[in-house]
Order: sequence, then structure tokens, then C-alpha cells
Amino acid sequence: MSEKPKIAFYWCASCGGCEESIVDLAEDILEVAKLVEIVLWPVAMDFKRKDIEALADGEIVATMINGAIRTSEQEEMAHLLRRKSRVLIAYGSCAHTGGIPSLANQFSRSELMKYVYHDAPSVDNPESIEPVSAYQSATLPVFRDVVRSLDQVVSVDYTLPGCAPNPALVLAAVRALLSGDLPPKGSVLAPDVSLCDACPRIGSKPTELSIEAFKRAHLHPIDPDQCLLAQGFACLGPATRSGCGERCIRANMPCTGCFGPLSSVRDQGAKALSALTSAIGADSEDEIDRALDGIPDPVGTFYRYGLAKSMLRRKVDLATTTKN
Amino acid sequence: MEHEVHTNGKEEVRIGFYICHCGSNIGGTIDVAAVADYVRTLPGVVVSKDYKYMCSNAGQDMIVEDIEINRLNRIVVAACSPLLHEKTFRSATHKGGINPFFFHMVNIREHGSWVHEDKALATEKAKAVARGAVGRVRFHKALEKRKEPVTQSVLIVGGGIAGIQAAQTLSNAGKKVYLVEREPTIGGHMALFDKTFPTLDCAACILTPKMTDIGSDPNITLWSYAEVVDVKGYVGNFTAQIRHKPRYIKEDLCVGCLDCIDNCVFKQGNTDDEFNQSLSKRKPVYIPFPQAVPKLVVIDPEACTHLNGGKCEQSCATACERDAIDFNQKESFDDIEVGTVIVTTGFKTFDAARKPLYGYGRYDNVYTALEVERLVTSSGPTGGEVVLRDGRRPKTVAIVHCVGSRDHQTNRWCSRVCCMYSLKLAHLIKEHTGAEVFNFYIDMRCAGKGYEEFYERLLEEGNRFVRGRVAEVTDVPVSAEEEGKLVVKVEDSLAGFVRRIPVDMVVLSTGLEPRQDASNVRRMFNISCSSEGFFLERHPKLAPISTTTDGVFIAGCCQGPKDIPDTVAQAGFAAGEAMALLDKGFVEMEPMTSFVNEELCSGCKTCIGLCPFSAITRDDAKEVAVINPVLCKGCGVCVAACPSGAITQNLFEDCEIFAEIEEVLAHA
Repeated sequence: MSEKPKIAFYWCASCGGCEESIVDLAEDILEVAKLVEIVLWPVAMDFKRKDIEALADGEIVATMINGAIRTSEQEEMAHLLRRKSRVLIAYGSCAHTGGIPSLANQFSRSELMKYVYHDAPSVDNPESIEPVSAYQSATLPVFRDVVRSLDQVVSVDYTLPGCAPNPALVLAAVRALLSGDLPPKGSVLAPDVSLCDACPRIGSKPTELSIEAFKRAHLHPIDPDQCLLAQGFACLGPATRSGCGERCIRANMPCTGCFGPLSSVRDQGAKALSALTSAIGADSEDEIDRALDGIPDPVGTFYRYGLAKSMLRRKVDLATTTKN
Repeated sequence: MEHEVHTNGKEEVRIGFYICHCGSNIGGTIDVAAVADYVRTLPGVVVSKDYKYMCSNAGQDMIVEDIEINRLNRIVVAACSPLLHEKTFRSATHKGGINPFFFHMVNIREHGSWVHEDKALATEKAKAVARGAVGRVRFHKALEKRKEPVTQSVLIVGGGIAGIQAAQTLSNAGKKVYLVEREPTIGGHMALFDKTFPTLDCAACILTPKMTDIGSDPNITLWSYAEVVDVKGYVGNFTAQIRHKPRYIKEDLCVGCLDCIDNCVFKQGNTDDEFNQSLSKRKPVYIPFPQAVPKLVVIDPEACTHLNGGKCEQSCATACERDAIDFNQKESFDDIEVGTVIVTTGFKTFDAARKPLYGYGRYDNVYTALEVERLVTSSGPTGGEVVLRDGRRPKTVAIVHCVGSRDHQTNRWCSRVCCMYSLKLAHLIKEHTGAEVFNFYIDMRCAGKGYEEFYERLLEEGNRFVRGRVAEVTDVPVSAEEEGKLVVKVEDSLAGFVRRIPVDMVVLSTGLEPRQDASNVRRMFNISCSSEGFFLERHPKLAPISTTTDGVFIAGCCQGPKDIPDTVAQAGFAAGEAMALLDKGFVEMEPMTSFVNEELCSGCKTCIGLCPFSAITRDDAKEVAVINPVLCKGCGVCVAACPSGAITQNLFEDCEIFAEIEEVLAHA
């Protein structure tokens, strides 16, 4: 048996970008690989569920799970890995706050099935087939009514935020993990201050914003130096934790909020909405409506990554905190 | 039975809950005993009681004793509005030996028993809001009130009888007063009157000595022809900017000899005399009336040839031996610091043209009551002769009550003074002309000391009273006796038929309205208006001259129509309240202000522009927002807007609000 600490990676409802971010460690990944024994990493290595079941409880030093929880299988794996791991890390926006998949919480399960298997323009399904979870002897994971963040399913020790987390934060987290120099449990492993704190454009942000019309980033030229809010783009930087390296801002795009809220905020979308819309310079309801024409999808704008963790009622109102 | 220990994470929480019957006010609708029984079962609640009157000494003592006996550290009282008794129970909590902000109040009267009829549902609602309070109070923190000194001076806005009375009262106590009046002279509406009801005292005889005293009082800085343009600050420490309109007269040189007026190139008046309700003309250089205070002339830039760029020999300037005329005078500004403000901006009378059927503006001989006030005054445009515009003496006069009062088409309220001033005018017109006077009234409202007796006197004097709202005043005759007359059409609701009464003169008793710019004044002083536009008192009975802004008081007709005695009483009350603040010497600032957690603040500036009190600045060195606790009024706008959750408001922390919401909705 190896003397090296065991670590595991797992993915749930996610896009694969988080896996990519681990590869983005580039040569630094060699340093990590030397120090640890990877016991599970579906995207890169061939381990099975039974290999994990065979481990003693708490034998894995740390497991990083990315992706939100939508299916029964993801739920089971989350519980299994929780049991086997001393430290469980929610990795990336989907595990942290539900991420893009949790935008589906605006719709009921049947609405989703109807659209995906029948109504979507690209669907060719003449026999109107829908997936079932059991057929003869075969079973498939059950598709749950809502998408949940990892901490709504199992207790989580740390969170690496971001869509996806940036390599510097990941490396710092792994080093902290190996050295045992860890912050208090429950911490999000990124600075607890909003993106504006690190934003290279903060100097150009006026004290009295007056947004007459929100602009959509793909329709208007963007000044590379000026505060994006001052230009009328719905930048979620003020309501989003920093630590991302201001990657979007430096690429001349507004922040979309992937690092989630600060520790003191219960609902990132509500805070962002409150902050941005209070900057609307309008004297009448018509002018307010005009200003908001530039935000055709408010939930997708303000809750892009955080709908699972928001206080908004779900389409299907189910308990979301069934921890083990 | 020993209570299960309940904590908020820091200490054991021991809550005392008290629910008030308020006689039958609450107890008649809400089952207070059931609420008390229910709350006793909630976590952390050690004591839960109902009591007839919690605000009584016995009720307060109960809280004090229970804190000692049961080691309570949180108190919740479910009773009336916190506006009324939050202070009461906070001080009882304090008296019990714990921080007064460990108290929370639930309003189950105004928000409960008074607005619900279903007793079961009202009781359930009371349980829910009590549960919310119990849920939130566990998170309350000990808070301290800050003390700030009070600037020892008072700003009075408006120099009518209310402002004059308040200024004199304060000056008598040795207080420094700034009295700011928009018109060239103080005196307000009262200066327009001939006599006052019901005693028929000469208005000028009782008012002008007071005006003169104001003008010479060393404690009072009188700024007439000036307006307050900006007010900042908070109770005890206001700053105000005063704009002085140019009089084109050097105020320190003018002695009021009036030589300039005599020597104006216009030998006759060329412009409407506002003071005489435009019944006469005045010159461009004028004094509103002989007893004006301050006794300074004014040049009307609209009417003056020279100021209009025309050619004029400027004989007024030549005539002034003191070289006091200054055509180049510009507006000027003063910034002052005051501890409190009394707003006494008065009223305007209803525009009679808004009741077109009464013919004002169409028929020469339809007058407003204020115009007739000027006609009966010996210093008025006719030297006290009540004559029509063609010089004739009227033989019959109709006084139409409630013009722009008690009228769903215009103003719904009763203007309170019209019945009495109509009686006064009826008496004076009869006295001056011997005319037959008809009063057309809806109800005679003569409530006041000596008022009913005055009405009786008028009845005995042979005045005629017709009960009915006048439908129309017309000059179209239907009979020979109506030829050349104005005809008052009215349904005589006592006799039960429609009457047509021909008269020579019609007097419209116009009601009282808020001033046109009342809403600007309201905004400037951050006070509220009732729906009709009069300034709103904090409480109609218990705080009738206070406003929603601490340190800003109101008195007189700006608060609502009232007569001179009531106005003077209110003005004295306001002066007393102002004096109480000044003599106390300090104000205690409520601690429910907001503050910034610098660790969490990114300096994103979201909050800065949103603060309605300009209390937030950015510390550019630390790159964080800073809230000035002295300017913060605790409105919570910044707290809601702060996208980082870096701003917290005392007593409205997220943990408190969410606990309250979650508990209120717990069984919903």
C-alpha cells in the first residue's frame, strides 16, 4: 500500500471544464502527482465504484467533486465519497452554487422532459420516447426534480469557486491540503471581498452610476479601460467574490458572477439585482422598462451560477437540504 | 419545570414575552391568553404573560421584576405601534438592568386587532408575528445611543402670526432665533385683516406691536424677502442656506422715510398692490403697508422702468439722502447653523375661479372674503368704505360659505375659520353700510370660546341665514326685481324649495389650502404631508407639532386650517419643544444606523450615490466606503444595495431579519 495520501476527483452534473482546469495546472500537475496517489478520476483514469467502496471510511485524504447534483447516481456517489474522505471539496461553480445546470430549476421535470424529448427544434422523436429509469433488468439513475449544489446533498468542508476554478487557486488549495495548513471548515478558498477590489478598472467607476440602458456585451463595442458598469454592461463584479484573476475583465468582458457571493451574502442574484438596478438613472416606469430591455433574461443574468442556492422558490418546491 | 437551555451561539437566551390587552382594543379581537400560552412553548421563552395595560406602571414593573427574578435577557412586547410605546418598554427593559436594545416590539393593534374582524385569524396572525419577534430578538445585540450637542439657535420659516409668536417665545427665553420670511414684511395673513373674531379686536392693534418687537429684538435675526433654499443635518445640528432676494435697497442705510416712494417718476401706482388683493395699485418702489416690519422699501424689478432696461431719471435714488438705493444689488446667501427648525409657512386661500358657477372673475361684484377684508379696513384701498367697483354702496350682500371647502369637486376638508370670518364680515359690512346681509351656509360651525355667542349676536343683529349650498350666482334676471342684480340660486334646505335671491354684492368665503410650494418645503425639511398636502404631524393627538424628522416642528395653518388662537397655541407649543431640545443641550442618536465592515468592502462605490443623506464617502486611501454615523438615518438603502453584504444596520442585521421572516412563515 502506498504511503502517499490518497486523493480523488469526481464529476457530477458538469460540462467537463473543471476537469480541464486540473489539466490547466500544466507542469505543476507533476508536482501534485508526485506527492499524492489518485484513487479516482473518471475523466483520466480507470477506477470503478467498487474500488472506492473497498476503501476504509476516511481513507481518502481529500476528494474534489465538481458538478451539480441532478441524478440519484450523483447523489449516491456524493454520499459514498463523503464517507470515504476526510476532506470534501466542492470544486467549481456547479458544486458550489448549482451553476449553469441549476438554471433548469426554473422549470419542472416534466417541462424539461417535454422540451428536450419533444419540443426542441432539433429533436426527431417520432415514437415520442422518453427515458425511463428501469427497463427489464437494466436500471438507470433517476432524474431528480431539482438540481442541487453539493452542500445541499452532503456536508462540504471547502469550496473552490469558479467556472472553472483558476489554476492558481487550485494549486494553493492542494498545497494547503498537503501541508495541513487549512482555513476553518466551511471556507470558500478565495478572498472574501468582491471583484471590484481587484478590478483594474475601479478608478473609472463613478460614485454616482446612472445607467440609462443596460447593454448586451455581444451587441456593443466595449471600451477596454473603462468600468463596464459605467458603460452600461451588467457586470456582476460588485456582487461576486474575487480571486479569479479578473480573467473576464482583462479579456474585456463583464463579470458573470461565477465565483459566487461573499460570505456575508445569502443570495447573490438578489444582491446583484439590488445593486445594479439601483444604479438605473430613470424618472419614470417607462424609462426603467427601457433600461431593463438590455436584460432580457434576469434569472440567467443575475442567477447564472447560483439558482440552486438562491432563496427563490423552485418550480418544484422540494426540500433541498437532505444531508447525510 | 426547569426550562430547556436555549442559546444563540454566544449565550443562553432567556426571553420574556408580554402581550397587552390594551383594554378591549386588542383583547376584544385577539385571544391574548391563547397567544401567551402559545409563545410560552417557543424555544428560549422563559416567561409569557398577558396583561390589561402593558404601558401602565404595573405593566412596566412586571417586566422589570421578571428580568431580575427569571434572569431574562431578551424582552418582547406585543402591543400597539412602536411609535407609541417602544421608548416606554425600552426604558423598562433598561430599568430591569439589561441593554434597552435587547427589546423588540410587535404591533398587534394597528397591524392586528384594529384591522381584522375574524378573531381566530387575527389571533393566528398575532401568534405568527410574536413568533417572528421571539425568533429575531435572540440575535439582538447590546447597543449604545450616541450623544451629540445641540446648536443653541432656532430657524423659524415663515413670519406670520405663528412664526412671530414662536420667535417671541424663544427670544423671551434668551434663545437665538433666525426668522426667515419670503415676503418683504412679516405679519402674514393676519396683517390683512381688519378685525378678529369673535371679540372684534383690531387685528393691526394686536399684531403690529408684536411685529415691531420682532424687528428690534436683539435675539432675533429677521430676514424678510428671503427664502430657505437648502437644509442639511439632523436634530440638534442643522445647517441651512438662506437666499436673500435683492430689494435694490441697502438695508443698513434705509431708514424707511419713504422719500423714494414720493419721488418715484410714477406719480400713481402702476402695478397691482398684492397686499390690497389687487384692489389698488402701487408704485414700483413701495412698502407693503405702513406698519411693515422691517420698515424697508422694496423695488419691484418687474414694475421698475430702470430695472427693466428702460430710460428713467431715477428720481427715487436722487431723493434718497442716504444713498440707500442700489440698482446693482444681487441676491446673496447666508449659511447658518441651528439646533432645531420650526416651519410656519401658513396657507393660501382657495382660488375662487375654480368654482366657475359662482362667477368670480366674470362678475365685477363677486368678491373673495380677503378682498372684503381689505375693503372694511380703514387702511385699505377704500379707506374702510365698503363700496362696489363702480363706487356704489351695496344694499344687499350675499356671503357664500364653504367655497372650496367641504366640496367633493374641490377640497373635501372643512376650513374651520370660514363660518366665523363670514359672521365677522357680515357684522362689519352691516356696520359699515347698513346693507341687508345673507349668509348661505351648509352648517354653522361655531365651536370655540365665545364663537356660538358671536353667532347668536349676529342672529340678533338681523342678519339673514339661508341653509343650503349655493348652486350658482348669475346676472341673468327672470323678474323685474332681479334686473341689474346678481342672483344667488340656492336650495333652501330648511324651507325645502329653491330660492333666487337678488343682491348687489357677493362675498365668497374661500377655504384654506396648502401653499403651492408646500411639497418643495416638505422635501427640503424631509417632513411628510397628509393626502391634502398639509404638513403631517407625528401623532394627531400626542405629537401634533412634531414631524417625522426629529427637531423639525410645524405650527399654524401649514399643518391644517385653524384660527388665530389655535395657531398661537401651536406656535407656543412648538417654541416650547424647541426650547426643551436646546436646554437639554444634547440629542441622543438612535443606534439603528448602518456601518461598513471594511474587510468585506471592495470600495465598489455602489452605496455612495444611493445614500439620501449624503452620509457615505469613499476612503480613497483604504479603498472602502465610510458611513458618517451622525448623518446616517438608518434608512437601510445602502444595506440592501451593498452587493458584498459589507454594510450592516443595527437592529436590522440579516440574521435578525431572516430569523423573523422564517419564524413568521414557519407554519404558513
